[in-house]
Amino acid sequence: MTVGETHQAIEATFRIERARLVAGLARLVRDIDRAEELAQDALVIALSEWPRTGVPANPGAWLMTTAKRRAIDAIRRDKMRERKHEEIARALDGAAEAIEASMTDDPGDELLGLIFTACHPVLSPDARAALTLRVVGGLTTDEIARAFLSSEATIAQRIVRAKKTIGKAGLSFEAPRGAERAARLSSVLEVIYLIFNEGYAATAGDDLVRPSLCLEAQRLGRVLAGLMPEDAEVFGLLALMEIQASRLPARTGPDGAVVPLTEQNRARWDQLLIRRGLDAMARADALGGDGPYALQAALAACHARARTAADTDWPRIAALYDRLRTVAASPVVDLNRAIAHSMAFGPEAGLRLLDEIAAAAALRNYAPLPAARGDFLFRAGRLAEARRQFEAAAKLTRNAREAAFLLARADACG
Amino acid sequence: MRVMVMVKATEDSEKGAVAPPEMFEAMGRFNEELVNAGVLLAADGLTPSSKGKRVAFDGASRTVIDGPFAETRELVAGFWLWEVKDMDEAVAWVKRCPNPMPGPSEIEIRPLFDMAEFAETLTPEFKEGRERLREKLSDKLGPAGAFGGLGT
Repeated sequence: MTVGETHQAIEATFRIERARLVAGLARLVRDIDRAEELAQDALVIALSEWPRTGVPANPGAWLMTTAKRRAIDAIRRDKMRERKHEEIARALDGAAEAIEASMTDDPGDELLGLIFTACHPVLSPDARAALTLRVVGGLTTDEIARAFLSSEATIAQRIVRAKKTIGKAGLSFEAPRGAERAARLSSVLEVIYLIFNEGYAATAGDDLVRPSLCLEAQRLGRVLAGLMPEDAEVFGLLALMEIQASRLPARTGPDGAVVPLTEQNRARWDQLLIRRGLDAMARADALGGDGPYALQAALAACHARARTAADTDWPRIAALYDRLRTVAASPVVDLNRAIAHSMAFGPEAGLRLLDEIAAAAALRNYAPLPAARGDFLFRAGRLAEARRQFEAAAKLTRNAREAAFLLARADACG
Repeated sequence: MRVMVMVKATEDSEKGAVAPPEMFEAMGRFNEELVNAGVLLAADGLTPSSKGKRVAFDGASRTVIDGPFAETRELVAGFWLWEVKDMDEAVAWVKRCPNPMPGPSEIEIRPLFDMAEFAETLTPEFKEGRERLREKLSDKLGPAGAFGGLGT
C-alpha cells in the first residue's frame, strides 16, 4: 500500500474503476442516476480515507463494497421511516439481502449488462451514443458535447431523457443471454461504430477527423472484446476500427484538407494499429467470422496490406463487397461496391452498377454518390458531366473540408 | 495519449533469472486487466544485455560494443505501450503492477511524441526531409520499417 496519496491520484484510480462500479450498482438499484450518486459517495469517502490509509490493494472492490454498504444503509433508513408499511418493509429487506448476496457477483458480467442497457434499442442511436460515452466511457457531458459539436445543454438533456426512458422501460441491467444477446448485440456494435465514424469522418464541422472520438470507440471495442471473447462480430468491429484508425495520421493534409485513401502517404499509417487490427481479424476468422463487421474488416485489411495504392487487390475488394451485400445489404454498401468494381474492372463497370442503385431513397442527399459518379466519369474522360457531379456533391456535404476537396475536383475537370 | 512503460533491469534480470510461477501468473493477470480495460497496445520482454550490442556514434565514427552493459538500473528489461487519458492514469495503472522483480525495481513511464505536437517544432524543410526518409524506409523495409514517434 502507498500512503500519502494525493487527491489527483485517488481520482485517477476512481476513473479507472468508475464504469464497473456504476455497472454493479445499477444492477442493484436499477437506476443509473442513483448508481452514479452512490459511486460518487464512495469516491468522497475514498478521498477522505485513502490519504491516511493508502490506496487499498484492490481499489475496485473497496469502492464497490463502500458504495453498496451506503445503498443498504439508505434502504434501511427508508425502511425505518416506512415502518408501518409491512409490504414495503419486506420488499426493502429483500433488496438489502440481494445487495449482501451480490458482493461476490462477477464484475465483468455487470459491465456487459451496463453496456447492453446503455445501448438498448429502445433509445435512439444518438441517445445510446451519448449515454454510453457518459456511463461506460466516463466522458463528461462537456467532452461529449464537444465531440459531437453539440451544446452541453443538449447533450445533458439527451442523457437525462435516455435515463428516464430506461427507467420507464423497467430494464434490468442484466446482460442478455443466448438468442436475445445475439439479437441485441447489433445495437451495441452500431453505437460503438457510430462513435468511431463521427471521429473518423466527421459529418459536420471544420475538422475532417476527431481522433479522440476514434480512440474512445476503439477503447470501448477492446473492452467489449475482453467481455465477449467468443463473438466473431465483436472482433470484426474491433479489427475494422483499429485498421481504419491506423490511417488517421494520413487522412488530412498539412492544411487539414482531405486526402483520399488512394493518395495517402502510407508511410504515415500506424503499423502498430494495423498489426492489432490484423490480429483481431484473425480472432474473428478463427471464430468463423463472416458477418458484416468481419467482412468490412477484411476490406480494410486489403488496403492495409497494400504497400502502395497500385498494389491494392481491387478484385478481392470487389468480391468482398459482393459478399457483404448479401449479409448487410444497404445502398451505401452498393455504392462502395460500385467504386470497387470501377477500380477492378474500369469506370464503365462502376457507372453500370451506379445506374442500378441511383434511385435509392437513402442515397438521395448522400454526397459520396455524386462524388463517385463524378470520379467514374472523370476517369472515363467525360469531363463536363464529371464537373456537374462534383459540384452537386459539394453542395450536399456538411463538412467544410470535404466540400473544398470536391470543388477542387470539379475545377480539375477544366 | 500513448506512453511507453519500461521495466528497468536489475541484477536478477541481467543474470537471466527466471521469474517464479506466482510472479508470471500475477503479471499475466495484470496484463489481462490492461487488455480488458482497452489500455494495452503492445508488450514485450527484452533478453539480458549480455545478448545485446551497442553502436557508439561520434561524428563519422561508428563503434560496435558488445553487451553486457554496466549501468544495470538504466537498462530496459521489458516494455509496454499503453493508450491512456493522461499521466495520472498511467501512474495509477503502474502502481497496480505486481513487483516485476524479486527485489526492488523501477518502472519508468514516458509519453510518446504525438506527431501533431511534434510537427509544430519542426521547420517545413525538416518535415519534408523526414517524409522522404519515411518513404525510402517504407520502400526498403516494407511497411514495418517506418520509425515510431520516440523522438528519433
